[in-house]
Amino acid sequence: MIITCPYCGPRDSSEFVYREEGGRIRPDQASTDQAAWNAYVYDRVNTAGEHDEIWQHSGGCRAHLRIVRNTVTHRIVSVAFARDHGRPHERRKAETPA
Amino acid sequence: MREYSAYTLLKNALAGNRDWKPAWRKPDPKASYDVVIIGGGGHGLSTAYYLAKEHGITNVAVLEKGYLGSGNVGRNTTAVRSNYLLPENHRFYEHSMDLWENLSHDLNYNVMFSQRGCLNLAHTPGQLDEYVRRGNALRHSGIDSELMTVEQIKRLVPALDVSASARFPVIGGVMQWSAGTARHDAVAWGYARGADRRGVDVIENCEVTGFLRDGDRVTGVTTTRGEIRAKKVAIAVAGSTGRVMKLVGIDEMPIESQVLQAFVSESLKPILDTVLTFGMGHFYVGQSDKGGLIYGGALDGYNSYAQRGSLPLVEEVHSEMLALFPGLASVRVLRSWGGLCDMSMDGSPIITTGPLPGMYLNCGWCYGGFKATPASGWCFAWTIAKDEPHPLNAPFTLDRFHRGAIIDDKGQGATPNLH
Repeated sequence: MIITCPYCGPRDSSEFVYREEGGRIRPDQASTDQAAWNAYVYDRVNTAGEHDEIWQHSGGCRAHLRIVRNTVTHRIVSVAFARDHGRPHERRKAETPA
Repeated sequence: MREYSAYTLLKNALAGNRDWKPAWRKPDPKASYDVVIIGGGGHGLSTAYYLAKEHGITNVAVLEKGYLGSGNVGRNTTAVRSNYLLPENHRFYEHSMDLWENLSHDLNYNVMFSQRGCLNLAHTPGQLDEYVRRGNALRHSGIDSELMTVEQIKRLVPALDVSASARFPVIGGVMQWSAGTARHDAVAWGYARGADRRGVDVIENCEVTGFLRDGDRVTGVTTTRGEIRAKKVAIAVAGSTGRVMKLVGIDEMPIESQVLQAFVSESLKPILDTVLTFGMGHFYVGQSDKGGLIYGGALDGYNSYAQRGSLPLVEEVHSEMLALFPGLASVRVLRSWGGLCDMSMDGSPIITTGPLPGMYLNCGWCYGGFKATPASGWCFAWTIAKDEPHPLNAPFTLDRFHRGAIIDDKGQGATPNLH
């Protein structure tokens, strides 16, 4: 499987580490909603087909990537920087004083 | 029901082998059953067998989308062991071991269960300490476990590189002598025949495409061979759990489907009469009666439903094998296989009623489902028949993740790569 890193170009998948499903949003740190936390920690969509996921180019530029990949055919549909996709990064940025 | 015996073998040999019956019929699905089991792998077939044998429920169909034994039950590394850390797992897997020990007699089918031991190698003092801890936990539960020195290991496995100059020198190990291997195909075939002879319909090439519902209650399935109604629908589909659960409208589960590869080498003279695991990576190997080395390693590391593995893992597994057995460098690989594993978030299985009325779920086997085949079916059959779990599988609920009652044998937290 070849993943095309936006910085580094096409690289073998062994340079990358799969991190997690892309669509999951961590509850706010102050949240006491137990069900929401449990769902965030344990539940997975586990799609057969096009799957939204976060990878890290750990053997390269170390950027976190948001990848859509077909889990049946292993075809990579799209690769982008995870930071361009909002939370939790978006929230951190918003909370950083200017 | 001694269909296979020395007497029948002799009689049929003299009669030209014309009187053997097929090991199971090829029935067409009926319109309805008491119980429909989705998945004709080891767990589905053993569930059907124990439903019939232990609970007298014989109006049962097992639906298999391919041919019988075409999934993980026919393509695993055949290891059977019960050397876990936690008491819930001890009780369950030791029950499995008890069933394994009498399985060939019970099924009247030789599953070639061979208690040749399973040896975990230690390469660091910390790892050896952890093995002592696990070994003591096992002995407290009445399961055999023995710490081995390098000299003992050298005598047991002469081909192993135990020298100080090895890439990861071996400093000891822990052995479960009662562990071993079984012939995986024979397990599927034996359970299928045992269930069939008791009246269960084993239906191949019959893929479930949807569920029949009456409100929340599941009342049957739609398949590629028509609608089948059932009072109870049981799911035992391992790596396809996510796909099948989506058909019934449950989109999220504490499971990821990942690929695990297994390999078989060409036949060799006997060099390894135990199951061996490498401690500095993830690698395990045994030798079959035909002489092939059967071995595997870690998961590919990302979600997959592809039933084929990635090349970097092929290289990693073989480099691990050569770190242990440099003498095998010129051995050729005969075949490999990537199987779908239903990786649960705590490394332990799920055998439960629900999650919907009329439905029963058996999944989360990670990549250790083969050894559990007898106990899984035995407990699942109990759960289906009595609408409540047996004490042995009561801890293995689906909602344990949301109740904080996880069974995390490795103590690693919520990670879908345990076994």
